[in-house]
Amino acid sequence: MDKRALESLKDVGIKGNEKERAGSYFLSNRSVLMSRINRSFKDKLEVMDIKDALKKHSWLRDYYWKIVDKDQDEYTKAAYEKEDGGYFIRVFEGEKVDLPLQSCMLVSADEFSQKVHNVIIAERGSEANIISGCLAHPGVGKAEHIGISEFYIKDNAKLNFTMTHRWNESTVVRPRSSALIGDSGKFVSNYICLNPVKSLQMYPKALCNGKGSAAVLNSLVFGDGGSCFDIGSRVLLNGHGSRGEVVSRTIAKGKSTVIARGMLEGNAKSKAHLECSGLLLSRNAKIHAVPELFANTPEADLSHEAAVGKIAEKEIIYLMSRGVSKEEAASIITRGFMDVTIFGLPEKLRRSVQDVMDKAIKGF
Amino acid sequence: MAEEILRIKSLYVRAGKKEIIKGLDLNIGIGKPYILLGPNGAGKSTLLMAVAGIISGSAARGKILYFGKDISTKAADQRARLGISSGFQMPPEIKGVKLKDMIKICTGKSQSEELSADELKLAERFKLTEFLERDINVDFSGGEKKRAELMQVLLMRPKLLLIDEPDSGVDIESLKFIGTEIADYIKKNNASALIITHQGSILEYLKAEKAFVLLNGRIECSGRPEEIITHISKKGYEGCEDCKSPMKNG
Repeated sequence: MDKRALESLKDVGIKGNEKERAGSYFLSNRSVLMSRINRSFKDKLEVMDIKDALKKHSWLRDYYWKIVDKDQDEYTKAAYEKEDGGYFIRVFEGEKVDLPLQSCMLVSADEFSQKVHNVIIAERGSEANIISGCLAHPGVGKAEHIGISEFYIKDNAKLNFTMTHRWNESTVVRPRSSALIGDSGKFVSNYICLNPVKSLQMYPKALCNGKGSAAVLNSLVFGDGGSCFDIGSRVLLNGHGSRGEVVSRTIAKGKSTVIARGMLEGNAKSKAHLECSGLLLSRNAKIHAVPELFANTPEADLSHEAAVGKIAEKEIIYLMSRGVSKEEAASIITRGFMDVTIFGLPEKLRRSVQDVMDKAIKGF
Repeated sequence: MAEEILRIKSLYVRAGKKEIIKGLDLNIGIGKPYILLGPNGAGKSTLLMAVAGIISGSAARGKILYFGKDISTKAADQRARLGISSGFQMPPEIKGVKLKDMIKICTGKSQSEELSADELKLAERFKLTEFLERDINVDFSGGEKKRAELMQVLLMRPKLLLIDEPDSGVDIESLKFIGTEIADYIKKNNASALIITHQGSILEYLKAEKAFVLLNGRIECSGRPEEIITHISKKGYEGCEDCKSPMKNG
């Protein structure tokens, strides 16, 4: 990996220092650059390329292409026909992994269409945090990234997955993800994209099938230039007493368009909330918020709030009355809007994500 | 040196198309608190916003002299930096901007700096320690908002405090705390204040120099606070109109 690529890894929270990570997986185009576990965690988890994992564990077929439909669309079909790699992460039963794991998918060649497939299994009672960075090499022009991810959070397990994307205005990105959550399991997914992209479309879903299962899906997206984002999160509440929370914060600037979707489907006694906030920073940008609630039983308690608009004048005035200029006030409000504390991350991970955020929003 | 900290001459302020303040004159001396009375909708908050620069430009015409210098063309942030600090009656909620961030803004610190021991002590005194990491005003009760507002105002070390109804919607204990804090600050710093109040409950803890009554867009009456409040409580603001005190226009 060259210097520029290494430098850009920091922008997506990826560290070269193995001491700070429980395990790492790096893929550049279709070459696996690294797939290893920090020695202290050898008995707690597995990290390997998906192809190797499929050879090693025949049972993995029971998880592979099981909650993402290969026929869902042209992108899943393309990934099914030809995969370039992807990671398999498995946290063993009852193991609490206190250092984050990390994965990195780099597109480093022009005109390359990277198709990856990841399977993540958090076994019963396990706990882990994963930082995932997907990015285009700074020197790359037109490219495509299709990422299939299947998450399995077993009974009483907790998985926190934080994904940061950094593309460019010529990249087309199509992540396709699903999570299946068992009894009292919890899945937290945080998504950050603060750089321009040509087109990014994703609508991951969390299947809260277990009793008392929970899913929290947060996203922070900053659309600039001519970027087109069509993003959202779905939570299907199938388990008795399941809970869901979807929080989406989007900013649109330049001539960007952001469609921010959110869907809660209550099929059992459940409770979930959807929050969709959008901030327009230019006259030519557009935000379209699409919150949807489907209650298929009277025992489903679903709610949502959505707000889209420019920065409120009263907030600007308030900060100005404290002695900051109008421009500084707008910057403070914008930075606050993209506050990573909504992710509820563990302190070490929060600092790491905050560093990524601070770097990206320096120019706000 | 000017004897007054604030002198307002022939001020007209519009809210939308409606003229709220209509040729108002008012003077405030150095090192003293003043109260501003008036019925709902009289324009008391509008007046404070015009002094703070929150309403300015074509919406506010007239002269606002601060230590003898006209500040009427200055923006709200410039006036704040000159020492005019306002506490909002209904402060906005700002997502992601924490109370501790507001403390840093008020004290001119960068966001990467930590709060000082004194600032933490002040937050403790205002019973706001557990609010430091919370988004400003989000899910704060009425009393918590009042305390947070006053703490920010005092942290800016102002020479002129503009406070909108510090005594409304607070319990007796909070009222005592707020009144005492304002009085102590004014005394120790030789600062002045213009405070909007309805019932004058704050006066139990703060000896105001004078009360102004805002009616019909002007200061129609001014004088000893206790006398004016007693008069209003007996005869209402209609009584003020009939009275037309000789102390008119401060």
